[in-house]
Amino acid sequence: MSFLLRRSLQAALTMLVAFLAVFVAIRTLPNNPVLARFGQHASPERVAREMADQGWDRPILEQVGAFLSGVFTEGDLGESFAVEPGRPIAQLLGERIPATIELALAASLIAAPLGIAAGIVAAVWKNGLPDIVVMIGSLLGVCVPVFFLGILLMSIFTSLPAGFRLPISMDYESATGFVLLEAPFRGEFVVFFAALKQILLPAVALSTIPAAIISRIARSGMIDVLSQDYVRTARAKGASRSRTVLAHAFPNAAIPVANIAGFQLGMLLSGAVLTETVFSWPGLGRLMVDGVQASDYSVVQAGAMAVAGTFVIVNFAVDAFAVWLDPRLRGSGS
Amino acid sequence: MSALVSAQPIERPAAPESPWLRTLVKLRGNAKAWVGGALVTIFFAFALFAGLLAPYGPNEKPSRSEAGEVASNLPPSVAHWLGTDANEYDVFSRVVYGAKLSLFAGGLSILAAMLIGVPIGLWAGYRGGWVDSLLMRGVDVFLAFPGVLIAFLVLAAFRNGWAPVIAAVALINVPIFARQVRVSALVTKHLDYVEACRAIGASRFYILRKVMLPAATSPIIVLTTLGLGNAILEVAGLAFLGIGGDAGDPEWGSMLNQAKEHLSASLWPAIGPGLAITLSALGFNLLGDALRDAFDPR
Repeated sequence: MSFLLRRSLQAALTMLVAFLAVFVAIRTLPNNPVLARFGQHASPERVAREMADQGWDRPILEQVGAFLSGVFTEGDLGESFAVEPGRPIAQLLGERIPATIELALAASLIAAPLGIAAGIVAAVWKNGLPDIVVMIGSLLGVCVPVFFLGILLMSIFTSLPAGFRLPISMDYESATGFVLLEAPFRGEFVVFFAALKQILLPAVALSTIPAAIISRIARSGMIDVLSQDYVRTARAKGASRSRTVLAHAFPNAAIPVANIAGFQLGMLLSGAVLTETVFSWPGLGRLMVDGVQASDYSVVQAGAMAVAGTFVIVNFAVDAFAVWLDPRLRGSGS
Repeated sequence: MSALVSAQPIERPAAPESPWLRTLVKLRGNAKAWVGGALVTIFFAFALFAGLLAPYGPNEKPSRSEAGEVASNLPPSVAHWLGTDANEYDVFSRVVYGAKLSLFAGGLSILAAMLIGVPIGLWAGYRGGWVDSLLMRGVDVFLAFPGVLIAFLVLAAFRNGWAPVIAAVALINVPIFARQVRVSALVTKHLDYVEACRAIGASRFYILRKVMLPAATSPIIVLTTLGLGNAILEVAGLAFLGIGGDAGDPEWGSMLNQAKEHLSASLWPAIGPGLAITLSALGFNLLGDALRDAFDPR
């Protein structure tokens, strides 16, 4: 079986397992949705009536079937009862997911170039001052909690308000939910720049961990490659130092970098919970936190599935990209 | 004949020094070990001797008495090294007391992750075959999701207190131990002395406990140290979100959450707990890196 076919089957299976785990867990755990909604002291009759209303008294397999058929026929994920009472969750997700995607892409656009450049510089001047600076920076990047960094950024750059995707005063209806990606196409440049200003701080805060991790992988990859004979040959035949590093060495170090960068993108897309909370960014992660806080289980359930789904799909895309980058992976089956 | 017997005295090899001693000697020359060790020591001292080191109690409003003066959100001063927070508590004292909860919750969750992850990894690596496949597929499914999601599901099910936070952080870290220990077990099980043990009829349990486990000690120590750094960040993160723990306790993440609410009044209440989380995570990471360098025979 080809590598990609196998991986896609694996991805589908992982998603199914995740879905079942979330679905069953939410219905069988001690703090079940109905009790959470009416409090532990609700009368048993009321709880029973509500259970019947929601269909939670039926066998679990039947519930799985009913839920899945709702999802596939009508895109029905249930209704929120506490976060935004009465609103269909599919609608909520439709609003929140674009915000998360824009934030994740913005953070990646900062993290990937920064991390790669830092990694290359550190490898070229291994054990020198640039290397030490990069290594300390990457250690701090991992150790400074995003929520502390966010608070610092917010109080230092008070002129850059964070919190919404657009200033409250700005009246703009987005057709797709993607404010930043859509505005330039509609010629709304004022909106675009306003949105860019809003996303800057959260994106910077969110980019630190991926940048740190990418720089470490890029550094170690480049150190391996730079010590190989063909790199010395390139230098010996007269290629300039920068050409040797960028054109000869880097492509061979790029595969692990692309892998880890893709994995990080998956982490970001699956809801940057802490960053979204610090900056009150209306994304998927924030929705999940609100759902857990309000014990709104249909929101938690749908959010968890969206997160798991995104993560699995992105990882699959990363694997596909790796196969495209590295022909050795094709057809080998392992 | 006699010439043969009275040949040169055989030179005895130097007494084999203990591997622990060797590691310690290597650590002595490592700057990371010193900085990391110092940071970790400071925070352990905070946790153990909070009552002695903190100038005030965690829920004491020391500057209140001075007739009607507002004592909330004070900047740092001689009386309050890191200022006071919105509740008029002394931030430095709460940071010192916070070390108790952070180290305890982080330590307990890593201990639990180790106690579950290590046997899984050892058994999977030693046994191989379908046991290995089954256990490792299970671990993969766990690793296939962001840790936050797993934590959310645990916290959604059991809302209150610190126990669910500890359980959630433990669960996130189990696969890390299982994977690493399995790799170590895969290597050691083919070594001659393990084969020899099997040959003389040692039981599987004996081999796992007395032969395979000791061989995996150094990766376990490294993982535990690095894991503590991560666990502190994870515990603080969940507390910051306000979905785990108890917001009233002196805990660094909860303190930051509260500081965020009053950011317009003062940044100072955020600095103390933020630095505490950063420096303790940094300490464990540096120490873990140094230990890895020291154990690595290369």
